[in-house]
Amino acid sequence: MKVVVNFDLCESNAVCMGIAPEVFEVRDDDFLYVLQEEPGEELRDKVVEAARRCPKQAIVVED
Amino acid sequence: MGTIAVVGASLSGLHAAEALRAGAAGAPGYEGEVVVLDASPTLPPDRPPLSKQVLAGEWELAQAKVPLADRLGELDLDLRLGTTATWLGPDGGDGRTLGLDDGTELQVEGVVLATGAAVRHLPGPPLGGVHAIRTGEDAVALCADLDAGPSRVVVVGAGFIGAEAAATCRGRGLEVTMLEAASTPMVRVLPPEVGAFVADLHRDQGVDVRLGTGVERLEAGADGRVRAVHLADGSVVEADVVVVGIGVVPQTGWLEGSGLQLGDGVVCDGTMLAGPRVVACGDVARWPNPHFGEEMRVEHWENAVEQGGHAGRRLLDELAGRPGTPFGPVPWFWSDQYDRKIQLAGRPAATDEFVLVDGTVEERRFAALFRRGDRCTAVLGVNRPRHVMQARMQLAESLAWDAVAARFAPTD
Repeated sequence: MKVVVNFDLCESNAVCMGIAPEVFEVRDDDFLYVLQEEPGEELRDKVVEAARRCPKQAIVVED
Repeated sequence: MGTIAVVGASLSGLHAAEALRAGAAGAPGYEGEVVVLDASPTLPPDRPPLSKQVLAGEWELAQAKVPLADRLGELDLDLRLGTTATWLGPDGGDGRTLGLDDGTELQVEGVVLATGAAVRHLPGPPLGGVHAIRTGEDAVALCADLDAGPSRVVVVGAGFIGAEAAATCRGRGLEVTMLEAASTPMVRVLPPEVGAFVADLHRDQGVDVRLGTGVERLEAGADGRVRAVHLADGSVVEADVVVVGIGVVPQTGWLEGSGLQLGDGVVCDGTMLAGPRVVACGDVARWPNPHFGEEMRVEHWENAVEQGGHAGRRLLDELAGRPGTPFGPVPWFWSDQYDRKIQLAGRPAATDEFVLVDGTVEERRFAALFRRGDRCTAVLGVNRPRHVMQARMQLAESLAWDAVAARFAPTD
């Protein structure tokens, strides 16, 4: 599983961080950082949920 | 094979339709016909960009698409745009009848009500140059008036939509006056510190913010367009363009006679069931949120998505005779104004105590919790998305004040 963020769309709402803090982190500079670009399968449900709930639909999960 | 009607093809209705097809664990998706109706002749746009990117002229309206817009083909929907549902019959035991504006009727075994809300207007006849921001057409028409370079824009109402419009107009370099009838913006629903911050944020940016002054009337020029706004205190503000953001009214009038309970929305139970075979979701739905022990109607983007999905699954349960599950989210929304991102999660009240937990209001970058007795009702962040989301996760677990506040306790 590979996590790809379209940073042109991302508005740093941090919804993803709320759902999967192991993978997504919005830091004090207000930018989103992807902590693990290829997270383990145990995080799949959370990452998919984060992608689904992103209000800007900026996260793509590639298999 | 039966039919389910989804009334409203905006964000919430489409997510309900998706859930109907997707089903849930242990429950297959709906295989009958799913008819999705909307009065709009085109698929309604995603709303958040309307007052931001679209109004700024950065995006074409077509770029403001709801997440499911590109996937509708997969859902096998009978999408009927430009069609208005005009009445819903009472429960007939095995179904209901839905009346349409072309005079035809649909026999359905289930209904999703997602008709949303319509903007409130100022009293008086419609005038050129006076705009709301609700539909795609609204945004495009306002954008065209802004492109013409008005000498002043007056924003009526300092709620989040009005504030976003004011910020976008300033971003275009236009002169802006923002009027608010209350003494502080949003003071009926939020602690006064929040509205005071919003007013100051806009004053920093050169907006002429006037509080405690209602609109008496709009004055038209010889061309039939607005030329000035007369205020209740006797003052007059000249304006070529007026943006009205004074709230919305849930669209329930057409449901008289359906046997459903109506009252500032379609009244649902805690599972989003409004009556036999009928669920509601999005701006039009009122329900008792079990997590907060409070009845609410929520107009936020994310709620439209999540509640739509929940309502779709609830309808499948209803048709299969299964009990539904409660819908108990922590509501959340964001508002972008200038370079500030304001986010609020929870269910605040005006009388809650505003407790700053990070940053300062003066630096326009802070997080605050709202306290009501031993409860934390909400978190507000300004350029503090991490704080908001962490508090939100805690609020989803428990509203206990001590638990939420502990997340922000100094660690050194």
